[in-house]
Order: sequence, then C-alpha cells, then structure tokens
Amino acid sequence: MNAPSVDLSSYRDQHFKGSRTEQERHLRLTTTLYVGNLSFYTTEEQLYELFGRSGDIKRIVMGLDKFRKTPCGFCFVEYFTREDAEMCMRYVNGTRLDDRIVRTDWDAGFIEGRQYGRGKSGGQVRDEYRTDYDSGRGGYGKIVQQKMLPKLT
Amino acid sequence: MSRRKFDEMSDYDSSRDRKRRRTEAVEIEDRLESLIIRVGEKSTSSLESNLEGLASVLEADINNYKGKILKILIDCAVKMPEKTTIYTTLVGLLNAKNYNFGGEFVDMMAKKLKEALKACMWRTARYVLRFFSDLVNCHVISTNSLLQLLLTFLETARDDNSPQVRSDTYVYAVLSCLPWVGRELYEKKEQDLDRLLKHIEIYVRKRSRKHVPGLRVWRSDRPHPQEEYLDCLWAQICKLRSDMWQEKHIARPYVAFDSILCEALQHNIPQITLPTHHQDNTYLFPWVVFRLFDYTDCPEGPVLPGAHSIERYLIEEHLHNIIKEYHHERKQCAALLLDFPLKHKIPLEYMIVEVVLAELFHLPGPRYIEICYGSLLIELCKLQPATMPQVLAQAVELLFDRIDTMNVCCFDRFVNWFGYHLSNFQFKWSWDDWLEAAQLDPSHPRAKFIIEVLLKAMRLSYRQRIAEVVPEQFDCFVPQKPEPVYKFSADSTADLPGMDTAHRLESAIRAKGTVTEVLAVLTELPNPLRESEDTDPPYNPLQIQVFVQSILHLGSKSFSHAFAGISKFLKAFESLVGNHEEAQMLVLKEMHEVWSTHQQMMVMLCDKFLRTQIVSCATVANWVFSKEMVPEFTKSYIWEILHGTIRKMNKHVARLQREVNEARERRVGNDSDDSSDSDNEDQQQQQQRPRPSEEEIERMEEKLEGAQADQKNLFLIIFQRFIMILSEHLVRCDTDGRDFNTHWYRWTIGRLHQIFMMHNTQVERYSQTLSTLLFTQDLDPHILDAFNQFVALRS
Repeated sequence: MNAPSVDLSSYRDQHFKGSRTEQERHLRLTTTLYVGNLSFYTTEEQLYELFGRSGDIKRIVMGLDKFRKTPCGFCFVEYFTREDAEMCMRYVNGTRLDDRIVRTDWDAGFIEGRQYGRGKSGGQVRDEYRTDYDSGRGGYGKIVQQKMLPKLT
Repeated sequence: MSRRKFDEMSDYDSSRDRKRRRTEAVEIEDRLESLIIRVGEKSTSSLESNLEGLASVLEADINNYKGKILKILIDCAVKMPEKTTIYTTLVGLLNAKNYNFGGEFVDMMAKKLKEALKACMWRTARYVLRFFSDLVNCHVISTNSLLQLLLTFLETARDDNSPQVRSDTYVYAVLSCLPWVGRELYEKKEQDLDRLLKHIEIYVRKRSRKHVPGLRVWRSDRPHPQEEYLDCLWAQICKLRSDMWQEKHIARPYVAFDSILCEALQHNIPQITLPTHHQDNTYLFPWVVFRLFDYTDCPEGPVLPGAHSIERYLIEEHLHNIIKEYHHERKQCAALLLDFPLKHKIPLEYMIVEVVLAELFHLPGPRYIEICYGSLLIELCKLQPATMPQVLAQAVELLFDRIDTMNVCCFDRFVNWFGYHLSNFQFKWSWDDWLEAAQLDPSHPRAKFIIEVLLKAMRLSYRQRIAEVVPEQFDCFVPQKPEPVYKFSADSTADLPGMDTAHRLESAIRAKGTVTEVLAVLTELPNPLRESEDTDPPYNPLQIQVFVQSILHLGSKSFSHAFAGISKFLKAFESLVGNHEEAQMLVLKEMHEVWSTHQQMMVMLCDKFLRTQIVSCATVANWVFSKEMVPEFTKSYIWEILHGTIRKMNKHVARLQREVNEARERRVGNDSDDSSDSDNEDQQQQQQRPRPSEEEIERMEEKLEGAQADQKNLFLIIFQRFIMILSEHLVRCDTDGRDFNTHWYRWTIGRLHQIFMMHNTQVERYSQTLSTLLFTQDLDPHILDAFNQFVALRS
C-alpha cells in the first residue's frame, strides 16, 4: 500500500538510546511528531490551533535554546492516537504556520532533555550552519554571525 | 548412510522444484494481475489494441489461471467504476472467445451482488448493477434478464414495511445504471424501458421529503435550487431520455469491437432474491445536491454542464471517486483531479471546487476530516496557481453572498476553513468588497462570519497582525486583546472579600507550596453560604473563587503553565469542589471571569477540567445554558466547548464498549483454545494475557452501563434546555406580537439542528426516549421539526 505521506523519513536520532531496529519500531508505533522550521515567535497557542485540527492533542513540548530557555524553532506534538498523528502527517505537514512551511516527522517519543537544541550555541544544529538570513530564526546562522563580528586586533 | 544422503538430496531438490514452480505460478499471476489492473492507463498503443492483446493473453491462460483471472476481473469491476466500460469490453471479448468463461463470470458477479446486498455494501452493489448493465452493451448479458433484475430492485418501492431509505437505495442503484444502458434498452426494448421508468416516476412522486430541510446547505433556493439527490438524478435521467439517451461523457470501447461481440452468445443473470429488511441494516443517508456554480459563473471557454445534464452527474461522481481513492495522499489526489480525462471539455477548476466544497459542507457531516479538504485546496492552488486561487476566491464571494440562509453546521465549517486558508496566504483578501457588513447587526450572518473568521485567524497568528490586515472599517470586528482579568490583582484598589487571602495564596504557591499548605491558606475564608453555626454547606464559593482565579492567574502565561498549575493542585480542586454541580459551575464561571477575552484558552481549560474530572460533562452543558452565559450564547466558541464535551463523552463510551467486547472475546477465545501448532504470534499473545474473570467482565459492563447512562443524561439535558429556551422565545414573541424569526432564534434553532447532525449516531441510540419524553407532539412544530428531520434520515 503506497503511503508516502506517513512513511518514515530517513532521519534517525543519533542520540537515541537503543538499536536502529528499536528506534524504527518506536517510529512505527509512536503518536509523537517532531515539528520543524517554526519561527522562534510561534506560540504554543498557534500550534494547538493548527495541530488540533487533525486530532485531539495530548501535549505539546516546545523546543528550547539550551542556554536561553527560549523557543528555538521546533516542538513535539503528541496525539492520543496513532491515527490522529497520521492525519497530521497527511494534512498538516507541508502547510504554513506563521507564514512558514512546517515540516512534521515521526519521533520516537519525548524524553526529558530532548526539548533542548543540540547546536553548539544552544539552538538547533541547522541554525549553526545555515548561511541564509532568516528573520524568524535569529537572522544569519551562528557561524556566519561569528564571522560577521568585527575582529579584535 | 550414503543412500540416506542421496534421498535427502533428492528431497531437497524436489522441494526446490516445488518452490520454483510455485514462484513461477505466482509470478505469472502477478503479471496477469498487473496487466488487467493497468489496462486503460496511458499507453503508446491504442486502447483497442491493448484490449485485444490482453484478451488473447488471458484466453491462453484461462485453463490454468481461470480462478485468479475471474477474481481479479471482479475486483477491478467493483473497485474501479471509472473503468467500467473498459472491463466490460474485456469480459465481452473473453465471452466471445469462451462462452463458459463468460457464464462463470456472470455467476460470480451475481454472487458478489448478493453478498454486497446482504452486507449492506450499497456502493459495491450499485457498481455491480452498473457493470451488469454495461455487459448488455457487450452482448454478454441478455436485455431481458437485466430488465428482470432492475424490476426486482424496483419491487422494494412497493414494500411498505421497510424504511424509505431502503427503497431509495435500490431505486438509486437502478437510476445510476441508465446512462450506460439507456440507449440500448431504448433501441431494443422501448416498451419495457417505459414501464420501468413509469414505476420509478410513481415512486419518486410519492416519496416523503421530510428529511430534506435538514440536509440543505442553504434554506433558500435562490439562485440555484438545492435538490434532493434522488429527485436530481431522476430529473437528469428524464432529460437524458428526452435527448434520446444520447450522452456525451462515457467512453465505450466496445463500439469498436461490435462485429466480434455481436457474434457472442448471451447469458442470463441468475435469479436474485433481495435480502429482506432487517432492523440492524444501515442504508445510505439521503443527501441534497450541492450547487454553487452555474454556467454564467464560468469565463469564456468550455461550458459547465447544466444541473440536469447527465454529464454533470457522471463527472461529479468521478471527481468524488478520485477524492475517495486518494484522500490519504493529497498531492496525488490534487494531481489526479487536475489531470481529469476530458478536462478540456469542461471548466475543470469550477467543477473540482464545487465537488470539494460539496464534501466539506456535506450533511450530516463531511466524509473526511475538514483539514483534508483544506489542505487539498491548498495543494490545488499550488499546482494551478494561475487559475485555482481565482476560482476559489470566486467561490468564497458567492458563499458570502448567500450566507444569510446558510445552515449553522456549514457556517461553522466555512469559518474554520476560511480562517485556515487565509493563514496559508498571509491573510491577503479583498476585504474591501465586504465593507458594507460593518453596518450590520453583529448577529447578522455576514457580520458574524467576519467576526468569527477574524477570531480564528487570530488563533493562527496574533491580534496585531489581524488588526493591520483588515481595513479600518472592520475595527468593530477585530477581536479583543486576549488577556486575563484577575479580580484580586495587586494593582486593584477595590476592597474585595478574599483579597488578602488571594495574595497569601499566591505567595504560598510561588514558594512551591503543597496542596495541604494551599488548602490551609484557604481555610481562613468565611463561607457566605453558611447561614448559621449549625448549617454545613457542601462547598465554600469564596474559597473556590479565590483558588480558581489565583491558579488561573498564576498559570496565565501559556496553556502549558495553566495545565501544569491545574495538575499540580488537582487534589485541592477535588477537596474544594468535589461532585457538587453548583461548585463545578462556579469553577467554570470563575474561569470565564478571568478569561472572557481569550476564547481559545477557555476551550482548552474546559477540556482540561473534563479530562481531570474537575467538572463533569453535564455541568458543562448546564453552564452553557446558564443565565450568565446568555450574552455569549451565540458565539461559536461556546459550541466548540459543548461539542468537544459531547465528543469526549462519546469517545469514553466507545472505549469502554471496545474494552468489554475485547474482554468477552478473550474469555471465549481462551475457552476454545487448543494447544496444537500454535507458533502463531497472536495466539501466543492471547496465552500471555490473563483470561478475564466473570467478575472482571461484570465490573467492566457496569462501568459501561454507567457511562451510557451519563451519555443519555447529557443529551437529555442539552435537548431539554434547547426546548425550554426556544419555547420561551416563541411564546414571548407570540404574546408580544413580535416576529419570532430573530437572529438569535435562527442561530439557536441552528445549533439544535447541529447537535442532531454532529452526533446523530449516538443520539439515534436514545431516539425512542427522546420522542417519548421530550420531542412530543404538543411541542411547537418549529422545534419538533428539528427532531423529525433527524428521524427522517433513517426512515
């Protein structure tokens, strides 16, 4: 049965405690989704409104900058049922929230600590390395920002 | 020793041989399946040569793979109705080559039909009937035996002991075949056809139409009549008849093979007795055909087929089928819709938009969740940016124009969809076209539409954004700034009872106080309900007020903060509120005092209160209808809360029912369990789970009965309240000599109708009680109508 919308992506969490097979088993049963490409200013309320349209939400955990503890552009949305999470993958993934196209993907399950960005600067890794200017995600990527600072002689 | 080895080797070889032969056979079967399924798809050769080639291939394999080929053909006939004529042609060619094969196919299809009718699979039955009809065109089936079958179906019209929906279902199936076989019947059996049609005409005339008003999207028939589905198809068939049964839509590959096919011998369809009506049978719900556009709405170019043209029916059915097949994959669905065969002959975007909106607005409810259609429309706009957005915008303008008579269920869905749609397009809209609405009473549907859309839009963005996006004439429509109102605020100079306690309470909570410490702070508050030293009121309203407002104030930063606060002090809620309905109502009242400007927060808090059982479903229902909530009564968020409450109750009952069923099955399953070859994973799991005892099952059943009683009670409360307020309004208007048809009345009767529509499966269970206790004959006909329309859905 061809179902690209709900298939697993190629992403596997490197920090997952367990084998690849176990991670994939979790991914096939989970009711939690990772949501990425959010603006830093997107609120929990906006997320509840949009993601609530594909089913009843059990909880939302905002992704936070590890040091500043402020939203850093991702979150976890956990539904009560797998079916509702699948609806989200089919109908919410790839549409806009706060004018940005959001991307959803299966997540093995929220564990305390996973709400923090893993980039060196505290946010997400992708914000370390990107070279474009994104006003919703703190401007330029962190490494580019460092390069732009005036050098002390 | 060596001989044994030799034997082992030869065993190994022959098992490999067996396996190889089996895999070869499977390969051939798979190849046949693929060839059959894909015939008619885009190909370098013509359809005729593909069919001819395939018929030859299949004929060669008939002896070895007959069973498989029959099965695949039947599956294709039933699951791919758009390719009916392709498969009938194929069967026709095979029948011409092999008469027995044709006969076996007809027999198997007849069996399929019988099974479908017995299992109430009406769509399957209709497609089989249609396939049979087209097989007449391919000389596989005699016209007489088809007519016999059609007349058998029509006999249901004479049965007065079964509900109308039963005969409707059968008559609809007959009508929907006629586009395929009408011409042939007209040419060969004109008199029989006329007789058949006369039967249908009489039936259509005498049918009850009680169900129709409740299924119309609009109350008005201007500009386009909203026709009941059977009436519409009948009109379309009548027009087809007056056009001498010439229709322009169906492709008929068998015409090219006429010389071969007319040589074939025909079969008779085996006699079919229709299953009698059984109380548990479910039939198609009737519906009203959604008409938004007519040909004047479309620009220069291909003409939109008229409402009574058979082409309109056939194309719409095909578009609906594409959505049905591919609704899980919106990108593919959108691509296939836009790639519709014969798309150059019709204004395709208009027909697609009308079909998608027809599903979104379908009553009693859309087939799929609303966001399926919302995201599909976005995908369509993405694939066709030059035309789709404009057509959709035109549709919105027309919907807004006609919104005065739109029913409340559809109004809600329109609001939800439009707010969501705009959020994907930066809220850009030609608001200026709607400026006049600012002059209207805020209860007027047009004004209300804009108000509710902006509220939804605000939830998906933020207030400032919405205020900037709309023209200044719409300032009256821009929502209030959502912020908490805390009566015990430190800034307040008022001298309120409980003020000091509230401040102490806040400090205690901020200092990570426990439930016990919190309750201790609250004990100092006097109880205004205590009249004398002797009385012991069941709860202390002042404590509840201070506690609830403080908790909500402390948790006002976000939903997570609020939920965390409520969870942490759940025991305090239990202690202060308990099971007393008035105490629970007070919680909701205080919540509303704090958060009246933040509707979304109130919806979330009610949800949380229900899940934590701080309040019961019945309390929420009584609160919605309470005097305090009268000013809020027509706002959509109230109904969001009430429907959410009903849904939660329904889900709870459904879950308990499932658990009881599973437990019963496990108990029975373990009884007949035998220990033989059980490497079966399921059976292993069964053996691991303990078999539920009789007492356990009894307890579960008691729990289920309790929940069902709560569910029934909830519906009774809601319906009773509706009847009370509506009756009161009607009586007062009558006494005062005023017209009762006010905005409030229209919204309220619409909300009553919405309860029936949205929860019709559950309400059905209590239909008898409702008609005995509440919806009695002495009720005002306007109110009774809502109930009667609901009953008519199944009668």
